[in-house]
Amino acid sequence: MTNDTYGLKYIIVKQDTLLVQFYGSWEVSDDRRPALDALKSLHQKTRLKKVEFDTRKLSAWNSGLLTFLLNIHAFCEKHNIEMACAGLPQGAERILSLALAVPENKNARSAPEKVPFVDKVGIWGLGQISAAAEMMGFIGEVSIACLKMFKGSARFRMSDLLLFIQQCGAQALPIVTLISLLVGLILAFVGAVQLQMFGAQIYVANLVGLAMAREMGAIMAGIIMAGRTGAAFAAQLGTMQVNEEIDAFKTMGIDPVEFLVLPRMLALVLMMPLLCIYADLMGIFGGALVSIGMLDISAVEYYNQTKASLNLTHFGVGVFKSAVFGILVAIAGCLRGMQCGRSSSAVGEAATSAVVTGIIFIIVSDAAMTIIFTIIGI
Amino acid sequence: MQKIAPKIEIRDLTMAYGDFVIQHDLTFDIATKDIFIIMGGSGCGKSTLLRHLVGLKAPAKGQVLYGNTSFWEALPQEQEKIMRTFGILYQSGALWSSLTLAENVSLPLKEFSNFSDTQIRELVSLKLSLVGLAGFEEFYPSEISGGMQKRAGLARAMALDPEILFFDEPSAGLDPVSARRLDDLILELRDSLGATVVIVTHELASIFAIGNNAVFLDPETRTMIATGNPNTLLAECEHPTVRSFLTRGEEAE
Ligand SMILES: Nc1ncnc2c1ncn2[C@@H]1O[C@H](COP(=O)(O)OP(=O)(O)OP(=O)(O)O)[C@@H](O)[C@H]1O
Ligand SMILES: [Mg+2]
Repeated sequence: MTNDTYGLKYIIVKQDTLLVQFYGSWEVSDDRRPALDALKSLHQKTRLKKVEFDTRKLSAWNSGLLTFLLNIHAFCEKHNIEMACAGLPQGAERILSLALAVPENKNARSAPEKVPFVDKVGIWGLGQISAAAEMMGFIGEVSIACLKMFKGSARFRMSDLLLFIQQCGAQALPIVTLISLLVGLILAFVGAVQLQMFGAQIYVANLVGLAMAREMGAIMAGIIMAGRTGAAFAAQLGTMQVNEEIDAFKTMGIDPVEFLVLPRMLALVLMMPLLCIYADLMGIFGGALVSIGMLDISAVEYYNQTKASLNLTHFGVGVFKSAVFGILVAIAGCLRGMQCGRSSSAVGEAATSAVVTGIIFIIVSDAAMTIIFTIIGI
Repeated sequence: MQKIAPKIEIRDLTMAYGDFVIQHDLTFDIATKDIFIIMGGSGCGKSTLLRHLVGLKAPAKGQVLYGNTSFWEALPQEQEKIMRTFGILYQSGALWSSLTLAENVSLPLKEFSNFSDTQIRELVSLKLSLVGLAGFEEFYPSEISGGMQKRAGLARAMALDPEILFFDEPSAGLDPVSARRLDDLILELRDSLGATVVIVTHELASIFAIGNNAVFLDPETRTMIATGNPNTLLAECEHPTVRSFLTRGEEAE
């Protein structure tokens, strides 16, 4: 039996011994499947006991020959055929024995199978439950760390705290300026169109002032910080997780929640109210620009109207909300960072999900707080 | 196969990070089919030298010649063509953490060859079994040990049967038996597949067993202080730093 087209000949010598004669060049680029299939059908016809090789006519070879030999080896192993490697080129024989030196890992994993839909739903549901439990656990750890901080025994570096304060305070000002100014402008435009119909354009000041102070200032600052700082926190902690830096803290007896999460959270909680007040003022300024430019209201009129419509409680509500948002954004960012897996794409996922979680937290908690404030009449 | 890999010549190479000179005036040759050892104390610039050789960092001064082409003066296309002949193992493994071992090894095969999926799968399991990782195809790098990551990095470096292999501390983190098997593998890569191998290593046993040429970088004078066959260096080199290194400090400086 020959198999000329594939660079080898199968010759039966004695009854049950097969001689595989290679010739020409054996590179990876050629497909040797048919040769293997031929071997299989040959074995079905004549029960083989032994395989020998003749490579005197082989001109050149590389990994292509080796993968073929590995296939033959696996085949022989399966059917209890003896494989005599003596006829192989010396290098090939040695490389083959290197490849076979370490037995294959028996707990080998096959590529992931298809999971039925119902199973997927179940797995998803269980995942949600354990995710919620993990989040609760994390919030608990953060609370304990906070308690320790109030007792003065929490371990973190003051220089870290100052750095984070700078990062999420002063360095966030430009973007907060831009966004809240524009939000004030937009509110004024939307209000002006309606109020002009009644000749009540002066009430644009009330609208912008109240909206900014109670809601928009805090929400805008919160969302900006979720996108800017929450994502950064998640990426920082995630990378530390990948590099086993967090493990190094743990084994050194330093609680990573105290050392890494606390200063970040503290910085955000301290800076968010300030950013919120700043955003409020910027928004009111934006409203003033529209009123003065478009509605023929003088700056003094606008100022007086704003002052009359707002009191400190309104600002207090916004500032309180922003402090809550600060905690939530920090928790979302740090939680996702600490949960990060051990790969580079996991870091990206952590950052993304920190932003998503942060924004969901902000909106949901804002709705809850607004309802509560309305009921108790603040 | 058995293409003649170009000889590598290093001429007056000075390496620096900014103003900080790591090594200056390195001049040596790496012949085809050499197993070339780069040695020297920790932090003397071995990994940095490797980065210059493989085209990741431009020299502050001097040349790296592949055949007749000066790598850093060549056109980007030529550089890419030269780099295509390299297989590199990084000191930290540098496996792609979001891909399984099989995907790590097969990625270069998929990108740079037109083999069928079956062929690629067979090649991947050949390369993985050569480094003793048969059956770990579907594991992620974070799920295997440090030494195993190192070996998987080796399998990835060998994926395309490259002409020149650069290994940064391949045996760090390996048990003695695996380290020995690795030496055998490196010898086979050279003898049977005709590769030129450039290795950074501290492993004295393998330096003497497989190396046939070497360069010794000195952290104090910031230049090379010896070059040649490691066994000859051990027998003949007078320099106290080299002697101390090659005898594990037993002949005090
Ligand atoms: N990105 C960098 N920027 C500045 N200096 C660097 C940089 N990378 C390395 N160095 C410096 O270059 C020197 C050599 O580093 P290199 O990593 O090449 O050492 P090495 O010889 O490989 O050491 P080891 O055996 O420990 O791996 C060190 O002193 C290090 O401080
Ligand atoms: Mg190094």
